[in-house]
Amino acid sequence: MAMDASEIQRLIQEAIPDAKVTIEDLRGDGDHYAAFVVAQSFAGKSRVQQHQIVYKALQGRMGNELHALALQTSTPDA
Amino acid sequence: MNDSPTNARIQRELDDNPVVLFMKGTPMFPQCGFSAAVVQALTLSKVKFKGIDILTDPELREGVKEFASWPTIPQLYVKGEFIGGCDIIREMYETGELQKLFEEKAVETVA
Repeated sequence: MAMDASEIQRLIQEAIPDAKVTIEDLRGDGDHYAAFVVAQSFAGKSRVQQHQIVYKALQGRMGNELHALALQTSTPDA
Repeated sequence: MNDSPTNARIQRELDDNPVVLFMKGTPMFPQCGFSAAVVQALTLSKVKFKGIDILTDPELREGVKEFASWPTIPQLYVKGEFIGGCDIIREMYETGELQKLFEEKAVETVA
């Protein structure tokens, strides 16, 4: 029931090619992560929409294999 | 969005209650740290809200995820509008945006 940080990074990066993705393993247990996603393509989108884009990139893993992913999204100039 | 009974039920809750939090556990006894964090933000903002425990209802638990296109619980709605999950609410509380949103939407506060 855990996921590799590199796998999370890869999925987000694939779906949002212009994103700068930083993953942090919060507890070192491969189960609680924080993701910081900065992308120009987020411009003009609400925070809810930005998070939905990232969740979509994770293809249903969020809430299943991936128990906890604290998410922070922004545009480069924000 | 389909017209399943679960969707109708969710919509009814949103129509009947200005602030709705779908959560794990109850506001008095949250069963998850993320739900607890949002309950705290709402309590500190002094707004009246209805907490709905999705742990006791598997259909509702899946239903709310589909309803908001949002894969996780908790989920906060204000006047029928999906505001966000734990990360967004926490961020909004810290920046004061949440309190501003409640003022703008004229949400009733706890006396």
